[in-house]
Amino acid sequence: MKKGQGVPRGLWIKCDSCGAILYHKEAADNLHVCPKCDHHFRLTASQRLASLFDGDRYKVLFNRVRSTDPLGFVDSKAYSDRLKTYQKRIGPQDALLVGQGEIDRGPTVIAAMEYGFMGGSMGSVVGEKLALAAERCLDRRFPLVIVSCSGGARMQEGILSLMQMGKVSAALARMREKQLPYISVLTDPTTGGVTASFAMLGNLNIAEPGALIGFAGPRVIEQTIRQTLPAGFQRSEFLLEHGMLDLVVHRHELKETLATCLGYFR
Amino acid sequence: MATIVIPFLEPIENLRDKILELEMDTRKGIDNSSELDKTRREHEETVNRIFSSLTRWQRCLLARHPDRPYSLAYIHDIFTDFTEFHGDRRFGDDPAIVAGFARFGGEPVAVVGHQKGRDTAEKVRRNFGMPRPEGYRKAQRIMKLAAQFKRPIISFIDTPGAYPGIDAEERGQAEAIADNLLVMAGLPVPIIVVVTGEGGSGGALGLGIGDRILMAEHAIYSVISPEGCAAILWKDPARTEEAAEALHLTSPDLQQLGVIDEVLPEPFGGAHMDPGGMASTISDAISRHLKQLKKVRPDVLVARRYKKFRAMGTSTDR
Repeated sequence: MKKGQGVPRGLWIKCDSCGAILYHKEAADNLHVCPKCDHHFRLTASQRLASLFDGDRYKVLFNRVRSTDPLGFVDSKAYSDRLKTYQKRIGPQDALLVGQGEIDRGPTVIAAMEYGFMGGSMGSVVGEKLALAAERCLDRRFPLVIVSCSGGARMQEGILSLMQMGKVSAALARMREKQLPYISVLTDPTTGGVTASFAMLGNLNIAEPGALIGFAGPRVIEQTIRQTLPAGFQRSEFLLEHGMLDLVVHRHELKETLATCLGYFR
Repeated sequence: MATIVIPFLEPIENLRDKILELEMDTRKGIDNSSELDKTRREHEETVNRIFSSLTRWQRCLLARHPDRPYSLAYIHDIFTDFTEFHGDRRFGDDPAIVAGFARFGGEPVAVVGHQKGRDTAEKVRRNFGMPRPEGYRKAQRIMKLAAQFKRPIISFIDTPGAYPGIDAEERGQAEAIADNLLVMAGLPVPIIVVVTGEGGSGGALGLGIGDRILMAEHAIYSVISPEGCAAILWKDPARTEEAAEALHLTSPDLQQLGVIDEVLPEPFGGAHMDPGGMASTISDAISRHLKQLKKVRPDVLVARRYKKFRAMGTSTDR
């Protein structure tokens, strides 16, 4: 996917959506939203956590959990080598960064997916860290927020990736039973096994504008039905219209919206 | 004459045809007993040779064999008094999933399962076993009914995957599957899942949370089809066999990975050679596991189910 590959490191960036040339700093100061057209650039997981916690402050949790390449998977490259490359480039967090901090002075756990790490794909590490995050919320009666940004389950861990959907959903079932709030935030893109498990299971499902959200990817659907998809199909606004989301919220209002909503349940 | 559709099974099919011809001659009074014996031996040896060294891709082909028994065939063999119930009470009825109540050993149980079609018209009607959201919601309705009346649930898995279409997306395919995962995790009645054919990703898992996960010997269960995986990771659909190998999607693989509890051995030459025999193996296994699960208190059952799925996956924190 070409669109929204994040803000490059250079001094200038070009908006994927309107083509405007922006100062990098100009976009960063605007929470990585294009000031000309409101296009939401993709955030890294740490940018996301900083944008939501009070005072940009949080403690990183469970960051030692790492994949073990259970299948010894090799495609054009060995999965174990791929992991090393991404760990070097992105960090040790795999495709999920979990933070504990405060929203509106209420202690909260937020788990943000890291698209830069193998397309935010969910393998055993993402599933394990999400289960640990939910269990911490169960132990301490904290609310949970998961910010999804993922192409789905990680193929290189085969069936074990699929089972993470069951594992995380079962942990969320426990939170529901114990009357603990879970808010799902869906960002561009959220597809596949991530959508078909925790991303759609929020007590509230809140999306950023224009995010691609779906079960099957658009290319797979086009190949299946052999038709071009209608404009706006599988975008946040489309899902809102079809009853799958509670809200579509501009990034500038996201923190305040979360604070307000968590306040209803605290 | 059998229609030969799978090249690696061709030698077996040819010998079977020959045996049938010889048997017909015998009935006409022609004495060919020595040739018949020889052909039968050869057939047996050939089946043993081919089935003792199946590649993962060959197992995929067996799991998708056009004569492989589908859920309703098993349901009719294993249960009595099956009544199929319809509709999700929201939008419609999805023929790609069947759901209802039946009796097992005299006791009422709920049954859900994916359903593929046999002839072209039925294949289309059942959408090749690819459910839409209505199918998952119907299954959930029946499973909740089972919980209300404290009846065990038996789930049969056999789907290429959930349907990737515009209408399915509009009506919340992802939400329908996700909600089944969450609800099945918490139902206070025994759930036995049997993967009989194709366990196609999220579309399979949407009926796949349970206390026991059993799998027919030549069934497959995977995060993505080998075709899809080859297209995405190798960017070459011709590398499907390699993708099948890499994905570890066979019953021994899944047992080794701790995802399934038991491999159900298939009849000589595969389930399609003896659907009744396969049904009876499944029935025995259901009976055995149900007996154990019925002794467990509902809250303990749900806690153990959580622990079971909680343990899936491998990672390290050292």
